[in-house]
Amino acid sequence: MTTTGTAAATGSIKDQPRFDCRNAYVETLVELARTDHRIVGVVNDSVGSSKLDAFKKAFPDRLINVGIAEQDMVGVAAGLANGGRIPFVSAASCFLTARALEQIKADVSYSDRNVKLCGMSPGVAYGELGPTHQSIEDIAWLRAVDNMTIVVPADPVETAAAMRWAAEVDGPVFVRVSRMAVPAVHDEDYAFVPGRATTVREGDDVTIISNGTILWRALAAAEQLAAEGVSARVVSMPTVKPLDVDAVLAAARETRGIVTAEESTRAGGLGGAVAETVVAHHPTRVSILGFDAFQPTGSAEFLIDRAGMSPEGIADAARALLA
Amino acid sequence: MTALAPEHVTMPVLGRLSPDASRAEQIAHIAEAARQIRIQDLKLVHFAGAGHIGGDFSAIDVLATLYGAVLDVDPAKPDDPERDRFILSKGHVAGALYTTLAAFGFLPVEELATFLKPLSKLNGHPNRTYVRGVEANTGPLGHGLPIAVGHAIAAKLDGSRRRTYVLVGDGELQEGSNWEAMMTASHHGLDRLTVVVDRNRLQQGATTHETNDLDPLDAKAAAFGFAVVEVDGHDHGALLDVLSSVPVEPGRPTFVIAHTHKGHPISYMSGNVAWHHKVPSPEQLDQAITELDRLQQEQLDQEVAAATPGTGTTKHEGQA
Repeated sequence: MTTTGTAAATGSIKDQPRFDCRNAYVETLVELARTDHRIVGVVNDSVGSSKLDAFKKAFPDRLINVGIAEQDMVGVAAGLANGGRIPFVSAASCFLTARALEQIKADVSYSDRNVKLCGMSPGVAYGELGPTHQSIEDIAWLRAVDNMTIVVPADPVETAAAMRWAAEVDGPVFVRVSRMAVPAVHDEDYAFVPGRATTVREGDDVTIISNGTILWRALAAAEQLAAEGVSARVVSMPTVKPLDVDAVLAAARETRGIVTAEESTRAGGLGGAVAETVVAHHPTRVSILGFDAFQPTGSAEFLIDRAGMSPEGIADAARALLA
Repeated sequence: MTALAPEHVTMPVLGRLSPDASRAEQIAHIAEAARQIRIQDLKLVHFAGAGHIGGDFSAIDVLATLYGAVLDVDPAKPDDPERDRFILSKGHVAGALYTTLAAFGFLPVEELATFLKPLSKLNGHPNRTYVRGVEANTGPLGHGLPIAVGHAIAAKLDGSRRRTYVLVGDGELQEGSNWEAMMTASHHGLDRLTVVVDRNRLQQGATTHETNDLDPLDAKAAAFGFAVVEVDGHDHGALLDVLSSVPVEPGRPTFVIAHTHKGHPISYMSGNVAWHHKVPSPEQLDQAITELDRLQQEQLDQEVAAATPGTGTTKHEGQA
């Protein structure tokens, strides 16, 4: 780890320094809260695991810890929004999105309340803790809920940018905030635009569409493919909902197939959204990488590799599409 | 039975009395609102062929008291940040809420004729984005109390005097989310939060006692840090006194157990579990309206008697 850690650094992405997105999350939340008194934090005892100590120290009255009570947490957030506050609910994604799903649906989305849901340590971040704490389903079940923007940032810069946008927009937003260390993919001046994909690597043989903790792996896969003479486009799709349909259809038209790779279930996630889009408008071959079943114990890296989303695994999926 | 139509809407807009009105005037106003709301709600359910008339009628006196004389809300300023908040957690009594909102000027009265019709704003459960004055889209039970707690925390953070009221069904208290929220409420000392329990002791098909008993409800609420008050949930004067004088204990949220009867005061409905979501027949509709008119006459007679020195006592002695 000798490189500078910017997206423009030379060398393979997999050798870049890595960062915990939660740090960017809390730094940005504190920064936003300093200029907007409406912003409050709402947590389910998850102060430490959300790295919110700095927020608590800066704004002790504005961190509402309801204790281990997720339904209450989301309902209280909806009530705070009714009172003109902008709550950032911060909790392990597994409990936030599963235990409080009905509150998310009725109190936040259907009631159109200005609540930001921050799913901490999503996907298989809690790999060793098993399927109860893994949260590979959150994208699928939130995609089914109307009036919910779903953002899966890939690095600290994108996490911070998504947070700033979420604070500005009036409406429900779900942001995944990973604890898995990831290299910087985006430059410091990256501008997050909701519903907009970014081509982070040009290519015209095949397209890899990814986000979150898997995006850097997609870039590493493209590096491997390039060495073989295969030109792989890598599309960063931080917003799963609403999907950037134009970027998907451009990939369908301009390359010979699409690989999707994400830290969530193969059913109903980014891959599902991409497949639904191409089937309706421009059918092409799509290979969906993700998780199929409850995952065994193992580190997040281990489980992601095991599910075929190591750089080699993603490259293999691309090769298979082109074969 | 004909479909719900404009001619079935007879609800007058009652509005609010002047703040200078006497207690007796307020009570008379609430009583008339409750009577009109019941008559209109009966027609809605009868002609729409659906609704939750039993729970509507157990809650209407609380609703009429809150909107008639307690809440600081103004239909001309539904988004005033400093308005009091009322959250109907038992969202299935939307018919009663819509009728109440119409009575007090939040909802055009004529819109009641669309109740439950295709594409109507008046869904079987309230939607705040469709109906002015609705604070939360409720329906699934156990949601209103946490929302109310969140609003009360927001008010406290603002240093505001605005109040938060939430009406919950008693059966609804079987949902654990309520108790999570009650812990939060007392932890934060939300003494401008009032939980009103519509204690009609019936749920969909049986009593709460038979289903999953709530008693001792008063002790449970007290143990969760609330100041507990019990009141006859159909006595407008008692409701007015309690709901307009919270907090009863500084530093504590208030838990008002409003003892009610599903279907009150209709003879064939009151306390009868069958009327959870039964629809009155034409004969039953007529009978209910006749009973409400008779009760109003009796009430007027009582008021006249009470206002005439000696009359009430003489009458009472004569009967004894």
